[in-house]
Amino acid sequence: MSFYFAQFLTGLSSASSLFLVACGLSLIFGVTRVVNFAHGSFYMLGAYVAYSLVQVVPGSILGFWGSVLAAALIVALVGVLVEMLILKRIYNAPELYQLVATFGVVLLMQDAILLIFGGEDQFGPRAPGLDGVVRIFGEPIPEYDLLLIALGPIVLGVMWLLLNRTRWGILVRAATLDREMVAALGVNQSWLFTTVFFLGSFLAGLGGALQVPRVSINLLMDLSIIAEAFVVVVIGGMGSIPGAFIAALLIGELNAFGVLVLPQATIVLAFVVMAVVLVIRPYGLLGKAETLAHSAGQVELPIRPASTLAKSVAGLLLAGLVVMPFLAGEFAIVLATDVLIFALFAASLHFIMSNGGMVSFGHAAYFGLGAYGAAFVIKYAGGSMELALLAAPLMAAAGALVFGWFCVRLSGVYMAMLTLAAAQIVWSTAFQWQDLTGGDDGLLGIWPSEWAKSKTAYYYLALVLCGGGILAMRRMIFSPFGYTLRGGRDNPNRTESIGINLRHHQWAAFIVAGMFAGIAGGVYVFSKGSIFPDEAAIPRSVDALVMVLLGGVQTLSGPVVGAGVFRLLEDEISRLDYWRAILGAIIIAIVVIAPEGIAGFIKKIAIKAGFERNEEQSS
Amino acid sequence: MAETMLELDKVNTFYGKAHILHDLSFKVAPGEVVALLGRNGAGKTTTMRTIMQLARPRAGSVQFEGADITRLATHKVAQAGIGYVPEERRIFGDLTVMENLEVGRQPVRDGLPAWTVEHLFELFPNLAERAGNRGKQMSGGEQQMLTIARTLMGNPKLLLLDEPSEGIAPVIVEQMAQTLLEIKAKGLTVLLSEQNLHFARIVADRAIIIEGGSAVFDSTFEDLESHPEIRDQYLSV
Repeated sequence: MSFYFAQFLTGLSSASSLFLVACGLSLIFGVTRVVNFAHGSFYMLGAYVAYSLVQVVPGSILGFWGSVLAAALIVALVGVLVEMLILKRIYNAPELYQLVATFGVVLLMQDAILLIFGGEDQFGPRAPGLDGVVRIFGEPIPEYDLLLIALGPIVLGVMWLLLNRTRWGILVRAATLDREMVAALGVNQSWLFTTVFFLGSFLAGLGGALQVPRVSINLLMDLSIIAEAFVVVVIGGMGSIPGAFIAALLIGELNAFGVLVLPQATIVLAFVVMAVVLVIRPYGLLGKAETLAHSAGQVELPIRPASTLAKSVAGLLLAGLVVMPFLAGEFAIVLATDVLIFALFAASLHFIMSNGGMVSFGHAAYFGLGAYGAAFVIKYAGGSMELALLAAPLMAAAGALVFGWFCVRLSGVYMAMLTLAAAQIVWSTAFQWQDLTGGDDGLLGIWPSEWAKSKTAYYYLALVLCGGGILAMRRMIFSPFGYTLRGGRDNPNRTESIGINLRHHQWAAFIVAGMFAGIAGGVYVFSKGSIFPDEAAIPRSVDALVMVLLGGVQTLSGPVVGAGVFRLLEDEISRLDYWRAILGAIIIAIVVIAPEGIAGFIKKIAIKAGFERNEEQSS
Repeated sequence: MAETMLELDKVNTFYGKAHILHDLSFKVAPGEVVALLGRNGAGKTTTMRTIMQLARPRAGSVQFEGADITRLATHKVAQAGIGYVPEERRIFGDLTVMENLEVGRQPVRDGLPAWTVEHLFELFPNLAERAGNRGKQMSGGEQQMLTIARTLMGNPKLLLLDEPSEGIAPVIVEQMAQTLLEIKAKGLTVLLSEQNLHFARIVADRAIIIEGGSAVFDSTFEDLESHPEIRDQYLSV
């Protein structure tokens, strides 16, 4: 009995830490509508700064707490800097752009922290004055944990007072409901947003700094906490601070007791809970239906069949791809195979995003499922490559069938978050189910059949499968199915009122996109000969988003162009030190400078030069 | 030539590709109550939004008290002394009546009576009874009063009222007209858009008719009455 009580207290103390991070994230989302991936990086930065400060100041109580507060303040200032330099420029862009930009910040911060603090795991000292244990029912409970347990409700109380008893809080709550109206009443939103970022980042930094005496400080803290914090924020209801508190308790205890029952499935459990909560309450426990902050003026241009010019360019490109192996070396052929795979992967995401208006933050799930599906056929069924490449889309489509059923019930950011959760379930299963997937060691030795062994032969196989997949999806975009999806994207109510079951169409689109991502994953695994859980992780999902954005969301050729540029770019810079920072900077620059993407940019120039029809003049 | 408080000069506003306001020009003098009349879709709301810079004009200018406010940030327009009451009311539903008023609060401007919560509760007695209620718990008429009170908390010199009588019970509309006359007596300048000609006549000094995004009539109500063909052409349904 006493053991369970101790476990309960452990759950409470981790809930407090989680709440600090989730509370800031929820506050920032509620007011600015930015899904801030960099929030986990602020947390990690807080831990590193506090660790470094504790090393230099004398180990007194004052020194320790002074360091913690100073670290939180430094992080708050970094958060303000990020907000003013980057996010301020893109508040009016779709949520996806902001998310991708904040992921750029994640990459930048990873390398900045590596550069400043070094890459080794660090273990901080215990908190002076709180380094002992208290015996409760005979079980030793760290004093520091008791402090954390008290801190959660205290922060909740302070936040409640700030939001309900100060003018600042009233303005923040009003801005959460209707930003435009707040501005029309004479409130400077820009200033309001900056203060919200200050407070949110402060809380993230504080959460990180308080971890110094508890856990090891390492460079993986950012993505592991952000995934959990997203779960908490979504379960609680995005923008609701009390909701975040309840959800943090739920997840904290779930982790504490889940580890006793199902030690292999701790990460999965949290995401399963989130999926269940969202199906029962689509806006989280205490959340409210999304107010459409961007309702004004985002009219998407109709998608038109390719012009003669575009067709000729595509024809030339295809001819170029066919003759390429005769002209280029083996290295270029391998790289081109990669580009083809990622072009299909990006195109499958683009298919649901631009056509269906469904943003997936977790498209890597289906890439990973396809790859593992193919690998299983080779490893466990003794099957051939041909059979494995058939299993890949089936496995991915099966995953999309299940996850899609949940996801199409939601819309907007909630849907995106659920797709992220789905991807985390796939990733953590791959990571934790060692017997089946080999866990972090992956599955090795998955090579193509004899006839496709040469790099050139495999390149042609990839060209047929990936090129065929892209053309098939293009065909669907111009079919009645595609029109229905775009109708649903532009106006779900009108689409349903003419007798279309939109949810079924969206579900079907989700499965189609998953299936093609699965083909990409299957082709990928044979080109590399191995598969690791990373292929289903958050960075892989973001890769797909970046490729789509890079090419241009509203341009059909976008994902192909985006995948090509992204892959070549990545290949160039991944040989450099601090390539993450460079990639992050490029991502941010693209979002801020050329939000229409490369293909969109080229199209704009083609219109200006008179090669393409100008939509504005033609209507 | 009388003094001018607000002047729109050849304003052209677009929503995406749709050209809404075509060279719209008119003036409002201090202390005046002007009614913008016109059918649905004539451009009345867009005119209001353009003055607030919630919709940015592609050409033309908006002058307020002699200063160009075109392209100013919306909150700066409000701070300059223009109060906006939108058509859809846009109460902060989760905030209490008192909190809604707090969001609107701005410093007192010289030369004008300062509005306090007490004054506003005198003007709108229903609000006083519901001070602690949340915005979404109120009826349409009460919400309309709250949104006007909220805007008055900013002590505006010019009040923009977009269709204040829309969707409100007739008895409340009468009450609203009385309230507007009281507000006018305090020296506020008002520009209101209306479809209800009867209501507009009670409160306004002058009528401007907008059709297809341009001003097609700008004169007194007496003048409008003596030209029934204008009313038939632009206002009748």
